Amino acid sequence: MDRLIELLPKFWVATGETLYIVGIAMLFGGIAGLLLGLGLYVTRKGSVLDNRWVFGTLNFIVNVFRPIPFIIFIAAVQPLARIVVGTGIGNTALAFGLALAATFAISRIVEQNLLTVQPGVIEAARSVGAGPVRIIFTILLPEALGPLILGYTFIFVAVTDMSAVAGLIGGGGLGNFAIQYGYRLFNPEVTWAAVILIIVLIQLVQLVGNKLARVVLRR
Amino acid sequence: MALIEISDVTKVYPPRSKGETPAAALDGVSLEIEQGEVFGIIGYSGAGKSTLVRLINALEKPTSGSVTVNGVEVSALRESKLREVRLGIGMVFQQFNLFTSRTVWGNIEYPLTVAGVPKEQHQARISELLHFVGLVDQAHARTDQLSGGQKQRVGIARALATSPAILLADEATSALDPETTREVLALLKRVNEEFGVTIVVITHEMEVIRSIAHRVAVMENGRVVESGDVFDVFSAPRAEATKRFVSTIVTSVPDADALGALRARHPGRIVTFSFADGNTSQSAVFLTLGDAKVGFELVYGGINEVQARTFGHLTLALTGDDAAIDAALESIRAVATVTEVH
Repeated sequence: MDRLIELLPKFWVATGETLYIVGIAMLFGGIAGLLLGLGLYVTRKGSVLDNRWVFGTLNFIVNVFRPIPFIIFIAAVQPLARIVVGTGIGNTALAFGLALAATFAISRIVEQNLLTVQPGVIEAARSVGAGPVRIIFTILLPEALGPLILGYTFIFVAVTDMSAVAGLIGGGGLGNFAIQYGYRLFNPEVTWAAVILIIVLIQLVQLVGNKLARVVLRR
Repeated sequence: MALIEISDVTKVYPPRSKGETPAAALDGVSLEIEQGEVFGIIGYSGAGKSTLVRLINALEKPTSGSVTVNGVEVSALRESKLREVRLGIGMVFQQFNLFTSRTVWGNIEYPLTVAGVPKEQHQARISELLHFVGLVDQAHARTDQLSGGQKQRVGIARALATSPAILLADEATSALDPETTREVLALLKRVNEEFGVTIVVITHEMEVIRSIAHRVAVMENGRVVESGDVFDVFSAPRAEATKRFVSTIVTSVPDADALGALRARHPGRIVTFSFADGNTSQSAVFLTLGDAKVGFELVYGGINEVQARTFGHLTLALTGDDAAIDAALESIRAVATVTEVH
């Protein structure tokens, strides 16, 4: 317990790092994933901007990158991180890698949730003269908003989970804190303190996500 | 020139997998729909009627042939040019297809926004439509709080928002119970009569045709097998498919089972007399039979009303001298259609 109190300042720094890494990853990954998911949905056969070449290309890219285990992925994208964010190590490089991985995961979540929108509703919008872009933003996204919020909440949890591999490329955060000061130094109470905070954090996010989705779905 | 002209249209869907033959949904269909009429298209599912109606607002494009609406060949327009056309054609759907992310108000407002109607005019137009469909109290309700009939009223209000000249109703009452069906049909009838909107009704229910259509086309396997004035089609159906549809609500002609039972009970000659729009010819039939000393007994029949005109079928078992019966029937042919049942 003394060990934990001693480490408390580092503990709070690690908490801040986790929020930074996951926040950046969700912000950029969220936007890019939404666009990629939309791209997949609208170019699919029979959809509003049906285009088999664009769909085939996007689908291939997502299928290639999504199954790579994150612990390998984060090391593999280091050269790209150096180009884009200027560094291949540390929290920012980790946030970049996470954002990229989240993009592919989110794109599938977005695509799947958009597919649950009844085709008849889209047809009704077409029948009153709405064009593809208008349909995407005024019908498709609002109709799928509830499930989309739940999907993003799900990904948030997954991204927090993935952020624990930070130590591999010199990043920090709660997961790394638990491994470095808890597991490796035989301080189970330190490990548990980090785990409990992660659980609390995720519960909070899940709570907000559920609440928001309920408001949108009015259930 | 007719308001809607469909000329020799075919629609072939590509095969789902290699090796399958392409499916023809429409096979050489031609129709003309006039301004101001309610035109019914009836057929079983898979007959091609839903595809046909979607050609009119170009939600589907024909494989060959042309579709012209109000002088514009919509089948030749690119998607980006179709906005104007679709603003003039409302559509209601079997499953209502309301936007669940919007309220009743928001659903009706959507076409106005798409059409670029200035925002300050929305309130007046939406109120007017809510009054017309009788949903003023539900203006700010969510669509999932509404009953089926109310949902379809919203669908109709939404379809009418931009004051279209044409309304397409795709199985608009098929998901509704009989009572609600009557209400929605009455509403469609008002749309036609009060606003002069030309309505194209797709259905598999003959009752829908009987209640509101002026003319009807019967579809089977992607073809129009019969079309004409609703009264004529009901009183004298020609195609087999039409006869089947008509028999679902006109039950005054005995079917094969009923005939068998009649034969067993009445060994003499059995004759069906068909009357259209003339109550006087009935008495002429009875008088002629009486004068010829032919005995008759009414064994089957009924009088039907379509578009405020009546037609009927009476099946009589005749007894008496064969020559006298022949002579009587011969003179009756002048006032009624005579079908001898064997």
